[in-house]
Amino acid sequence: MPNGSSTISGWGRIPVPGREVLSEDLERLSEGAVLSRGLGRSYGDSALPPPSVREVATTTLADRLLAFDPETGLLRAEAGLSLKELNRLFLPRGWFVPVTPGTQFVTLGGMVAADVHGKGHHVVGCFGEHVTRMKMRVADGRVLWCSDEEHPDLFRATIGGMGLTGHVLEVEFRMRPIPSPWIWQESRRVDDIDAYVDALKDAAEKWPYTVGWIDCLSPGKNMGRGILMAGDWAEPSVAPKRFPHPKPRVTMPVELPSWVLGPLSVRAFNTAFYWKHLPREMTGIVHWESFFYPLDMVRHWNRMYGKRGFTQYQCVLPEEAGRGAARRVLEILTRRGGASFLCVIKDCGPEGKGLMSFPKKGISIALDIAVRDDTQELVDALNERVIEEGGRIYLAKDTFTRPEHFRAMEPRLERFQEVRRKWDPEGKLRSAQSVRLLGDRP
Amino acid sequence: MNVAFLGATKGMGRALARRMAERGDRLFLLGRKDAELDKTAADLGVRGGGAAPGHALCDLERPETFGPALDAAVDALGGLDAVVVTAGLFATQDALESDRGLTRRLLTVDFAHTVLFCEEAKDRLLAAGGGKLCVFSSVAGERGRKPVILYGASKAGLSAYLEGLDHKHRADGLEVVTVKPGFVKTGMTADLDPPPFAGEPEEVAGRVLAALDRGAPVVYAPIAWGPIMAVIRSLPRFVMRRVGF
Repeated sequence: MPNGSSTISGWGRIPVPGREVLSEDLERLSEGAVLSRGLGRSYGDSALPPPSVREVATTTLADRLLAFDPETGLLRAEAGLSLKELNRLFLPRGWFVPVTPGTQFVTLGGMVAADVHGKGHHVVGCFGEHVTRMKMRVADGRVLWCSDEEHPDLFRATIGGMGLTGHVLEVEFRMRPIPSPWIWQESRRVDDIDAYVDALKDAAEKWPYTVGWIDCLSPGKNMGRGILMAGDWAEPSVAPKRFPHPKPRVTMPVELPSWVLGPLSVRAFNTAFYWKHLPREMTGIVHWESFFYPLDMVRHWNRMYGKRGFTQYQCVLPEEAGRGAARRVLEILTRRGGASFLCVIKDCGPEGKGLMSFPKKGISIALDIAVRDDTQELVDALNERVIEEGGRIYLAKDTFTRPEHFRAMEPRLERFQEVRRKWDPEGKLRSAQSVRLLGDRP
Repeated sequence: MNVAFLGATKGMGRALARRMAERGDRLFLLGRKDAELDKTAADLGVRGGGAAPGHALCDLERPETFGPALDAAVDALGGLDAVVVTAGLFATQDALESDRGLTRRLLTVDFAHTVLFCEEAKDRLLAAGGGKLCVFSSVAGERGRKPVILYGASKAGLSAYLEGLDHKHRADGLEVVTVKPGFVKTGMTADLDPPPFAGEPEEVAGRVLAALDRGAPVVYAPIAWGPIMAVIRSLPRFVMRRVGF
């Protein structure tokens, strides 16, 4: 038995005492568990146990495909199935998930819990929009199905509900057919944040997938300069005939000492990344893994941020806040000089059906922040700005947000808590994050 | 290849059965729990892009189920090319020492009943002119070792049986493949701290399938365990007495 001193952490590598319990039998595993965990790619404390509990139920061994209808694309699988495996099996057959986040190392259960969004959000919304039903174990021990028709309150609260409404056992959703396993990509260099926001909007009208990486360190006229990428699955006539070989992966072998990622080196990286894209516009066929999952190429890339770990800050700024909102957020970063690698920026479509789903119509900004002495203050400053703009944060990334800030961002919280109280009156289901942000009992 | 598979619902068996289904082998599943067999059959069906494999109840604690289950496999597949056994019990040495009933159960299932199952499988394969019998033993059976005295003893007996079977029947067309996995991260070992060189079930599955195809009599998996066990086998007794592994 692993001893009592074992620790568990999110992708940001800030540990708490705890351990994962695994079993192929998810129905049994979920009995009495306070929280399910998938592949642990949420950055903060979403998949960590509350302080008085040591164990989380890890679903990854429950990864069976249970049904697939090649006529309709309807697929049902156990919650621990990874997106990596799904892609390996279905891309060669001409199918892809309707929504993918930026990593393949997530489970279906995790995709529901965070209601993940991707480069296609402006067209297809979040993953939850494509989920037709789920089998769940709820707090009183019952196993039941929920959907838009059956227990719709539970269904909608579970989509984006960070695992706090029940244990997802099975997920049914619709895959989408693709014309080839290759991506046709167009990318361009954009001079500053305002031009960037406009360019994103233009691209969104033409392309099903858009995303951009910006330099969030350069102040002044270069602020928010970056690379905008757009793409779509390539038509067979332009795609290579062969199936794309799996991309080789390298491993980050050790933690980097924290001085490596100082302001100078990060600034140099950002500048190099920007100017690597020398021609203003580039087009061509690219590998689906490079397009959707560039960071998956480096195993354990989270070691890059050193011993103290890191967090990711992701917020959405509503359209009503105007295009200056993104600039106002970036100003906080450049003023404080928080060393971050590339910052990812993306436009979002309308809010989806998930009761606590993150995206809403506007612009999403995401950036990594290595943990330093002043990280709490930086996150506070960003959150205060985001509240002013009428935006909100993404729970799957969060470690440092204060409960009062979260409440100020989330008028939906009351309704969510109501549904939780109905399905879990004793407040059994909870996480380190829900203790921190929602005031659940430790 | 037509394969009767005992143990496809979990761990290394699940990974191996998936590889087989994905490359187009026809499977028939044997196991204890109908609901689990149903789900695993569905999984293998989707992966293989065809119909879900059939299944029958077969419980290593109940030898009377062995013959009928294998007959059901022969009927469903229209003949057998291979029988694979990955099922078995596991318990730590501590758990076994404190529970005589559990010890008896484990020794019975992992040795006596597994051998009885193999006898039934052997008869059916030989009757059809041969084939492959692939059985998961363990590196725990290589040497008497403190942390796996009882579990290791059952696996030592099983390995010896399988070696004898291979010697006797290879000329008749029956190839016996003994798989000796080292520590592999599965549900069975989820409560243990993984040692260095702990492997993944997918890695084991790839190696076992290659060995099965070429009829290798013994395969260590993951690959590092071959040389490790070579060293352990060669250690003098007085060294083994002192070390903890």
